[in-house]
Amino acid sequence: MSLTKEERLELEAKVNEHRHTIIRTTMWAGSGHVGGALSMIDAATLLYYHYMNIDPKRPDWEDRDRFVLSKGHAGIGYVAILSDLGFIPYDSLKTFNLTGSRLGIHLDSSKVPGVDFSTGSLGHGLSLALGAALAAQQLNKTYRTFCMLGDGECQEGSVWEAAMAISKFNPPGLVTMVDWNKAQIDGLTEDVMPLEPFADKWRAFGFHTEEVDGHDFSAMAEAIDAALERTDVPTCIILDTVKGQGVKVCAGNYRWHYGAFDEEMAKQAHNDLDAYYQQRVASIK
Amino acid sequence: MAISYTSISQTKLSTGEVYGDTLCELAKDNPRIVALTADLGKSTKMGNFAEQYPDRFYQFGIAEQNMYGTAAGMAKSGLIPFTSSFAIFASCRALDQVHTDICYQKANVKLIASHAGTSFGQAGTTHHSTEDIAIMRSLANLVVIVPADGMETANVVRAAVEYDGPVYIRINRGFDQVVYGTYDYGYQIGKAVEIYEGTDATVIACGSCVFQALQAARELEADGVSVRVLNMHTIKPIDREAILKAVHDTRRIITVEDHTVIGGLGGAVAEVIAESGMSCAFKRLGLQDTFSPIGFHEDLMSIHCIDTNGIVTAVRELLNMDFEDDEDWEDEV
Repeated sequence: MSLTKEERLELEAKVNEHRHTIIRTTMWAGSGHVGGALSMIDAATLLYYHYMNIDPKRPDWEDRDRFVLSKGHAGIGYVAILSDLGFIPYDSLKTFNLTGSRLGIHLDSSKVPGVDFSTGSLGHGLSLALGAALAAQQLNKTYRTFCMLGDGECQEGSVWEAAMAISKFNPPGLVTMVDWNKAQIDGLTEDVMPLEPFADKWRAFGFHTEEVDGHDFSAMAEAIDAALERTDVPTCIILDTVKGQGVKVCAGNYRWHYGAFDEEMAKQAHNDLDAYYQQRVASIK
Repeated sequence: MAISYTSISQTKLSTGEVYGDTLCELAKDNPRIVALTADLGKSTKMGNFAEQYPDRFYQFGIAEQNMYGTAAGMAKSGLIPFTSSFAIFASCRALDQVHTDICYQKANVKLIASHAGTSFGQAGTTHHSTEDIAIMRSLANLVVIVPADGMETANVVRAAVEYDGPVYIRINRGFDQVVYGTYDYGYQIGKAVEIYEGTDATVIACGSCVFQALQAARELEADGVSVRVLNMHTIKPIDREAILKAVHDTRRIITVEDHTVIGGLGGAVAEVIAESGMSCAFKRLGLQDTFSPIGFHEDLMSIHCIDTNGIVTAVRELLNMDFEDDEDWEDEV
């Protein structure tokens, strides 16, 4: 069911908060993976606020929906959501990356309530998600599992091992999503190690594959709804995104995979985000 | 859980088959047990499980990284996955998944690592696994076990189901020579078994080398040399107490393993002794920082001096060591 205008506006307000939180946390931490956090934050926000069946009071509730942030370096975006939902205190973000903190670049599921799996070594998450989905099937549970991959990490062979296996077992309730921001540490993905024809690769592995605007809640919701209904083959949703989306200096610039702001840049980043938010809200009719 | 192992006979079944049959028995009462393999279901004797529990058997094809990662995902969601592959692939090919997905997350995955050491000798170095104990022992949260024979393997599999956390179980290809005639000898993870009493020296062994050590002790006894044999089936957590008691009682320690002498059983025992402040004559038998040639397992054990003859020779050398240069020797004794 497509999103109502009210739902879209609520999601826009929420993700705008998260984008600001990412910039603040980057300031508190001294630096951070800004680019990939800002590209995936819309999809993650949509999942957590519109789809996922979770209970922040019971982070280990066995029937909860699972989320695997396979691109674990985007943890600085993930904690914005977890703190807002009440899994962790907002103030704990002020300790991000600091010695002794439970929050670091790649989140540790044993230390951060709400994080289902520790990720960080790329190319692992899709297998973990497959395991969670097969366990649901084996234990007669109905929880869903959402996996968020980065596009760069699809250069890892293990992603395609997992893709083959997902296509074979096709467990219900598993949705694969790729944050296709087209950039990685050393440059643009097409320069570093070309992924194209990217969607066709997923199709060749047996996935129904949709390419949608990863900054458009309605487009993503339609694709997720369809993925949850489809049972014949697994679905991969390729999220067409911009790395660093919303902050002008970062947007589309692969050098902002990881970076730091000074006070002036941070102020400008918050101003950019306000303008970006207004622009997005204005487009909702 | 009472397990009778009624169908288990290690005279008729290889160690791998004992594992497979034991898992079938345990799975009857425990629906959380699932079995995974990466195109080595036949080699690792998962056939019976696949037949009896087709819905709980997962074939991943030749893709070990995905198998171990998926197993971690299953374990974190309430299942008890038993993964079966060759030791070399578990410890080298898929190490990142074992490290990060299983050990770091303390996922309740059991890793059955077969064809270990030089037991698949004819296959060459690509299939020998002579570093895996060292690698696995260094991973936090992981219990590392090397059963001596089929009966002990049955006990280890049962103990691994009862233990909540990742366990690496290193078994051989084919038949192991029988050390235990019965499963009923009080097996406990982390508790070494003294299978032969002795006072002149102690041989600490694991896996297929336990039988060889036992043979060596019997041979030496005929010559009036009293050798204790410790079956150190659990490499981690290591039985520190049994090692130090052996140092105290016999003052001569020899470790023997189908594995490099670097970082495996010998390394683990050396660490315990060195940190204890006690001293003893000490020797590690195993592959001497080399890859193994191709050959039959028995021949390779002979080449690497980890067979009965190699152990007997090493014990005699240690017995002949002159301790008189050590001024503190008498005091310490």
